[in-house]
Amino acid sequence: MTAVHARTRPPRAQRFREMSGHIGWGIVAWVAGIAFFLPVLWMVITAFKPESAAETWPPKFTFSPTLAEFRLVFAGWGPFVTHSVIATVVSTALVLVLAVPAAYALAIHPVKRWRDGLFFFISTKMLPIVAAIGPLYVIALKTHLLDSIWLLIILYTAMNLPLAIWLIRSFMLEVPGEMLEAAELDGAGRLRQMGEVIMPVISPGLVSTALICVIFAWNELFLALNLTTVNAATLPMFLISSVPQEGLYIAHLSAAATVASVPVIIVGWIAQRSLVRGLSMGAIK
Amino acid sequence: MADVKYVQATRVYAKDAPPAVDALDLDIKDGEFMVLVGPSGSGKTTALRMLAGLEPLDGGRVEIGDKDVTWVHPKDRDIAMVFQNYALYPNKTVAENMGFALKMRHVPKDERARRVQEAARLLDLDEQLLSRKPKALSGGQRQRVAMGRAIVREPQVFLMDEPLSNLDAKLRVQTRSQIAELQRRLGITTVYVTHDQVEAMTMGNRVAVLAGGKLQQCDTPRQLYDNPVNQFVAGFIGSPAMNLQTVPLTEDGARLGGTIIPLPTAVRTAASQAGLRELVLGIRPEHLHLADATGEIKGEVMLVEELGADALLHVRLADSGNQVVARTEGRKPPAPGQPVTFHVAPDDVFAFHPVTGARLVG
Repeated sequence: MTAVHARTRPPRAQRFREMSGHIGWGIVAWVAGIAFFLPVLWMVITAFKPESAAETWPPKFTFSPTLAEFRLVFAGWGPFVTHSVIATVVSTALVLVLAVPAAYALAIHPVKRWRDGLFFFISTKMLPIVAAIGPLYVIALKTHLLDSIWLLIILYTAMNLPLAIWLIRSFMLEVPGEMLEAAELDGAGRLRQMGEVIMPVISPGLVSTALICVIFAWNELFLALNLTTVNAATLPMFLISSVPQEGLYIAHLSAAATVASVPVIIVGWIAQRSLVRGLSMGAIK
Repeated sequence: MADVKYVQATRVYAKDAPPAVDALDLDIKDGEFMVLVGPSGSGKTTALRMLAGLEPLDGGRVEIGDKDVTWVHPKDRDIAMVFQNYALYPNKTVAENMGFALKMRHVPKDERARRVQEAARLLDLDEQLLSRKPKALSGGQRQRVAMGRAIVREPQVFLMDEPLSNLDAKLRVQTRSQIAELQRRLGITTVYVTHDQVEAMTMGNRVAVLAGGKLQQCDTPRQLYDNPVNQFVAGFIGSPAMNLQTVPLTEDGARLGGTIIPLPTAVRTAASQAGLRELVLGIRPEHLHLADATGEIKGEVMLVEELGADALLHVRLADSGNQVVARTEGRKPPAPGQPVTFHVAPDDVFAFHPVTGARLVG
C-alpha cells in the first residue's frame, strides 16, 4: 500500500525535482528548436519584403508585404523545376529498383563475400565528389551527356544508391527469418516471399529511404553546377542564377529558396509517420 | 497421413564442433504424437527443421510416408509447421494468413474460405477475428491462428516448435490439452518440440529425449518415468527431478543417509564387473516416504516448499551431508530443523554408472 501511495503522491521535494527536470529539458528543446528554425523564418519573412527593405540592418520587422519577388521567381523557374522533378523522381525510382534486390542479396540470402560488397558500396562515398568531378566531366563530354538530364539521373542514382542499400538492408534484417521460412513452407517462391512478406514489412522503411533520396537529389548543387548549363539545370542552379552581378538580391533569393524548399517540406510532411517508423525500425520491435 | 522416419540423420553446423544432431534414428508411426524433448542445445529444434527441410542433412536421410524426402523442397513435403513466435504475416488478415498456403496451391477462393472457417471453428476462433490483423490479437489468439494456418492445409505431418512457450502459464496448460485433443481428433502425425518435460509427458504418445545431439531414449511417458535408460533421462523426466547421489558401494548394497540401501544381485554384479567402488543412486522425490522414526534413511529438514496438495522437503542426509528432495503430503509437513527418516522401496531405487551414466539394470 505504501508503495502505491508513494507513487500517486511523491514527496514534494521529489516532485519539484521532476518538474524542474521537465522544465529544464523543455527549455533546451525550445532553444534548440528556435535556433534551427530562426534562419528559416528569416528566409520566409525576407521573401515577402520588397528588395529595399530586405537588406537593412538592423532587420526591419514592419514592412508592407509584397508578392513581387515570388512573381519574379514563378516567371523564371519553369524549366528548372521540370528538370529537378525529372532528375529527382526518376533517380529515386531507379535507386529503389536497384537497391531492393541488392539489399536482398546482402540481408536475406547473403551472397558470398557480402561484407566486401557492403563495404564497397559505402566506400564509393568516401571520395570527395570534387576529386571525381574532373573525370566525370570528361566522361560526360565524350559520351555527349553534358548538360543532359540523363547525366543527372545517372549521377543522382549512383550518389544515393549506397546509402539506400545500407538502409534497406538494415530494414530487411528486421524481417523475422521464421516468417520467411513459414512462407517457404506455405509454398511461396522467392519472388512471392519478396512481394507478399518482405515488401509489406519494410514498406515504411522504403518510404523513408525514398524520401531521403528525394531530398538529396532535390538539393544537389555541385554536380548540376559543373555538368549542366541550360538543358538540365535544376532548382538549386536557379537559386544561384537569381544572384545578380550587381544590385540588391536578398529578397529575390529568399523567395526562390522558400519556393525550392516547399516541395521537400510537403513530401516530408506526408511521409512523416512512416519516416519516424522507418528510421526507428531497428530500435523497437 | 504418413509415418516419419529419421535414418542416421546428421547435421553438422561447424567442422570442428560436434554434430548438432548426431546419427538420429527415429520411427514415428502414422497418426502418432511424438514429442522431441531436451535441454537447449540438445538438437531437438534442428531435428525438427531437418524434417521441415529448413536445415540440410550432412548424413543419413529423412522419410515421410516411405518416401525419401531428404532433398525434397520444404513446400513439396506436404507438412505444416507452427513456429515458436508464430511467424504470422503482419500485413495479412487472420483469414489471409490461414489461407495463404492454399492460395499458393491455387485452391479456389470459396473452397479456401470454407476451409479457413472450418479451421477457425475447430479452434474456437471467433468469426469476427478472421478479418483482423495479427497485431490486434492477444497472444493466445495468435497462437491459435498459427495452429489454424497449419490445420487448414490438412498436411501429412504437423511440425510444432515450442508453440506454447510464448503463452502465460495458465493459458499454456489449457492450450496444451487442447492441442493434444485436437491432434487425436485429426489423427495427423505430429512432431512436437519442447524443452518442458511436463509438456512432453502430458502430450506425447511417445517422447524422444535428446541431449547433446544424441537420442537418449524414445518411449512412452510411463516407460520413460519408470525405466529411464540412463542418468540423463532419469534426471530430466519428472518434476521435481530425481535425487541423484554418488554413493559408496558395500557388500550387498550402497550406503545412503546412514543406512545400506539393498541392491539387486544383478546390479551388484554389473557394478563389480565394471570395477566400480561407487555408483549413482537415483530415487524420485515421491518415492522417499516419510516414516516417523522407523525409516532407514536419516536426515534433517532444511527447507519446506509448500505446494498446497503436497510439500517438497529439502533434506540434508545424515552421513554425506548432501541434499535430497522428498515429496510429501501437504497438510502437516515437518518443520525446518526437524530430524526425519524416510523409507524407500528397493524397487524404486535406480542405479547408474558414475562415469558413463548408463543404467545398471537389475
